[in-house]
Amino acid sequence: MDWFLANSGMVFERAGQHLVLALVPMVLGLLISIPLAQVSRRHPALRSVVTTLTSLLYTIPSLALFIILPPLLGTRILDPLNVIVALTIYAVALLVRAAMDAFDSVDDDLRQAAVAMGYKPAARFLSIDLPLSLPVLFAGLRVVSVSNISLVSVAALLGVGNLGILFTDGLQRTFVTEVVVGIVAILLLALLMDAVLVLLERLLTPWTRASAAASRAEPVTGAEFIADAQVHAGARP
Amino acid sequence: MAEAMIEFQSVTKQYQGGQAAVDDLSMSIDKGSITVFVGPSGCGKTTSLRMINRMVEPTKGTITVDGKDVTSVPAAELRRSMGYVMQSSGLMPHRSVLDNIATVPRLNGVSKADARKRAEELLDVVGLASGLGKRYPSQLSGGQQQRVGVARALAADPPVLLMDEPFSAVDPVVRDELQRELLRLQRDLAKTIVFVTHDIDEATVLGDKVAVFAVGGKLAQYATPEEILRAPANEFVASFVGRDRGFRHLGFSAADGVTIRPVPTVTRGGNADGGTDVDARGNAGGWRLVVDAESRPLGWEGPGSGSDLIPGGSLFRPGDTLRRALDSALSSPSGLGVAVDGDGRVAGVIEAAEVLAVIESARRVRQDAL
Repeated sequence: MDWFLANSGMVFERAGQHLVLALVPMVLGLLISIPLAQVSRRHPALRSVVTTLTSLLYTIPSLALFIILPPLLGTRILDPLNVIVALTIYAVALLVRAAMDAFDSVDDDLRQAAVAMGYKPAARFLSIDLPLSLPVLFAGLRVVSVSNISLVSVAALLGVGNLGILFTDGLQRTFVTEVVVGIVAILLLALLMDAVLVLLERLLTPWTRASAAASRAEPVTGAEFIADAQVHAGARP
Repeated sequence: MAEAMIEFQSVTKQYQGGQAAVDDLSMSIDKGSITVFVGPSGCGKTTSLRMINRMVEPTKGTITVDGKDVTSVPAAELRRSMGYVMQSSGLMPHRSVLDNIATVPRLNGVSKADARKRAEELLDVVGLASGLGKRYPSQLSGGQQQRVGVARALAADPPVLLMDEPFSAVDPVVRDELQRELLRLQRDLAKTIVFVTHDIDEATVLGDKVAVFAVGGKLAQYATPEEILRAPANEFVASFVGRDRGFRHLGFSAADGVTIRPVPTVTRGGNADGGTDVDARGNAGGWRLVVDAESRPLGWEGPGSGSDLIPGGSLFRPGDTLRRALDSALSSPSGLGVAVDGDGRVAGVIEAAEVLAVIESARRVRQDAL
């Protein structure tokens, strides 16, 4: 505790770096995944290619990716950009499938109704498909948030600034306190991010609670998807 | 002859490699009337409906609405000019009832405030409390959702309304209510309505004209419901219309000729001490009709039942059809149908035998006319 109080400034700085490194790839991943998923959904052949490819990407060990990327991108090994690109790749791998599931979860009758009322395709996607797929999409985002926060710490092995530095540093100095503070900080960060996502989802999908109150049939549950993806994530080195 | 609003000219829809879903359909739909497409599943009735707003594009032939080929208008614009109601209400679960109703006006560029104001009016038009406007669709009953669906279809005040089995997912009581409501609305609005159903009863109740489709997308008969019940064009229509079409056909003849006879009545709670007044006019084989102080029927007292109240059957009102007249007699425990006046007061009773006599004499008149 004394050590933490004495070094709290440093811990908060590392936490800030950690958050940026986890968050930016998540947002980029979402922006890439949504159109990618929407296009692949329409073409069965493309869909299977995208699904296989993204699964393959996710099996590349993160450390390997952090090392391969600098020569490919022409960046220095310590450049945080490497971490952001690597984690964006993982985020896309998870989110493309989540987004496809999310769009699949939208009742086709509603699409038909939207077409019948005279929605043009783009407007329909933005005002019908996208909002209605939010519950499943958020389930995917929560997995990516946890996955990213844990993966960022690996980048500390290369010396990229984040909370993982507390592990490498604590290990080198055989200073357990620092390692424990690092673990607790990462856990808190993951919990905080998850809470923010849950809150955001509640704000953006007020109708789902009205439906639950009216005891309607459950839509495709996010929980199943989380369980599925965590098995996936857990299998990662 | 009414003016045509929608016209199918040799329209065929063929899906890839398959049989024709709609086969060389030519028909003209009258302006301001309800036309019902009815038939078994796979007869192309829904496909035909969807070709009107280009949800389905025909393989051959042309469809015109108000004289204009539907393909001459951009699809989205065309659809906004027609209301569309579907089986599963198709309401957007993430939008309030008001915003759902306001959808098409909003697409047409009407301001949010104006569109909501219009939506509020429409809630009233379809018989929903204004308090429901802020709710989400999932907080409404099935019947209420269908009403919202109708309100949404009416929001932009389109001349044409397409209804695809809108009432088939609700229970029979609510369906009855919604059907009556639609007829009431139609009296005020006089839209050109094309209504798809697989239920011949619904078709004959709602339709000014009924188009019976046969499997393979062929139009088997297109006529008034009265004619379809009385003179089915072929074996298929006859079997589709069903066994009791003779009885249902009575629903199209007025029962003006049926004699209403007096009936002995007992008034309950009429005088100050809550006792009974007896009016012994007429003879009902020992049965006495129990009425309240305003002379409205409550039920019957049977010959052996003392003063126990036996619930009565359906009532026969002024202007009702022969079907109602016969049903009032058949459903009454005394075998006497209770006739009431416009205010619900007992006017007398009618007998099944007399209704049958009227039916028979009407048949003779038709026969002689041939």
